Amino acid sequence: MTRYMLSVHSANGVAQEPMSAEEMQQSWQQIGALESEMKAAGAWVFSGRLHEPGTATVVRVANGEILTTDGPFAEAKEHLGGFYIINADDLDAALAWASKVTRIIGTPIEVWPFADFADEPRG
Amino acid sequence: MAGIDEAEIGRVFRDNSGRSVATLIRVFGDIDIAEDAVQEAYTLALTRWARDGAPPNPGGWITTTARKRAIDRLRRESRERELLGQMAASALGSDDPDIPEETGPVQDDRLRLIFTCCHPALSAEAQVALTLRLLGGLSTEEVARSFLVAEPTMAQRLVRAKHKIKAARIPYRVPADHELPDRLRAVLSVVYLIYNAGLNSPAERGLCAEAVRLGRLLTTLMPDEPEAAGLLGLLLLTESRRASRTGADGSLVLLGEQDRSRWDRAAIAEGLRIVQWCLRRNQPGPYQLQAAINAVHADAASAAETDWSQIVALYDQLLVVLPTPVVALNRAVAIGEVHGPAAALALVDELDLDNYYPFHATRADMLRRLGRECEAAAAYSRAADLAPTDAEREFFRRGGRAYRP
Repeated sequence: MTRYMLSVHSANGVAQEPMSAEEMQQSWQQIGALESEMKAAGAWVFSGRLHEPGTATVVRVANGEILTTDGPFAEAKEHLGGFYIINADDLDAALAWASKVTRIIGTPIEVWPFADFADEPRG
Repeated sequence: MAGIDEAEIGRVFRDNSGRSVATLIRVFGDIDIAEDAVQEAYTLALTRWARDGAPPNPGGWITTTARKRAIDRLRRESRERELLGQMAASALGSDDPDIPEETGPVQDDRLRLIFTCCHPALSAEAQVALTLRLLGGLSTEEVARSFLVAEPTMAQRLVRAKHKIKAARIPYRVPADHELPDRLRAVLSVVYLIYNAGLNSPAERGLCAEAVRLGRLLTTLMPDEPEAAGLLGLLLLTESRRASRTGADGSLVLLGEQDRSRWDRAAIAEGLRIVQWCLRRNQPGPYQLQAAINAVHADAASAAETDWSQIVALYDQLLVVLPTPVVALNRAVAIGEVHGPAAALALVDELDLDNYYPFHATRADMLRRLGRECEAAAAYSRAADLAPTDAEREFFRRGGRAYRP
């Protein structure tokens, strides 16, 4: 069993096709149903949706002091919009969940394996 | 028994190492352990076989010897104890180095391995490199040379790909039926890419033979897949003409001008049998149709006797299942043979293939046949600028003639 993060990427400031209230409702229902399916299959660990990148704050150490600045850390055209943490037998199983998510929300999903200590390259 | 020389030992290993590596990956669940163990078996064979000759069943010897080496290594490495506990039961089968040839599940191991190597989560470059290294048994240096990259670059590429397989847990199994069509397409395209890399790089013709070998392996492992058969047919029929594709001075010889007595009749016969089998199956796909087109060429006793209307009909079908500009270009060439250069040029000019040298070469040929010499010369010069091999560049600089992509 491997743990994966399915990260959902959104393009900054690009207005997607505005959804009607009805479409929005439908999409939420589909997401809800998918999450129930993930839970029933024992795959779901955690999931969350994030506010827009302007709400993020970065802390870092500069000259030994903690420096707090407005986020996000990476100025990119795309940002993390939300994520799922899942358990899956292998990459194909994780990709199958990711395919279901992307079909509903219409934005690309990145599938990342979590590193265990056992996976670290041996020194 | 008389000893055998190093070249012969290398050949036997290359023929058998894919099977051994695949089996050991299943047993130990780790590509590096499998590769290192087969490498150690090779080192041992270099002294033992050189003195005593090859064992009666070299493949079985390699697998058994490598398996023992891997277990020895795991025993030495205490941190692998837990893994050894899990694996030992299945791995410690026989101590007899001349166990009978393993069949059944062992073949499945190679099939599993090729689907792992050609998993879409890996880059196309990594897919090709892994397939040649693990299934083809090429050394990292040979793989690097084939693709004109430095050995450390290729070594790095292989290390990264293997790390991804492990970290992301790319599965080691034949895909389920509903995934199979997509995944098989990826596998076939890797084999086709390997063949074309060999065709386009005169120094690395070994890649063509390797691709044919892999194609044959796929048809053995998946005897009911018409596209796997189609790919093998296409490779064999292309391969049958490879020697006559180049003149004595290394220059390019076109299909219409090739000495057909130099074509490899055995390869053609096998390719034609495969195409006929595909026709009977009647589940056409891109590789089968391309094989069928090549079969029409192979069937013609001379270039003039080529059944071009049959070729046009096949390209019509191919364009439905593989609607790419390159297919449309090749179809235009066939149309040119049936309906003349003006009809072909009109089709060619609709295509967006400005960086594809056969596009310019084809245009040049049509323009020349229409007597538009200046435009033809400009198109030949553009083809020469883009051509990948010296032979082709030289050919276009000398003013082309009837080029067929």
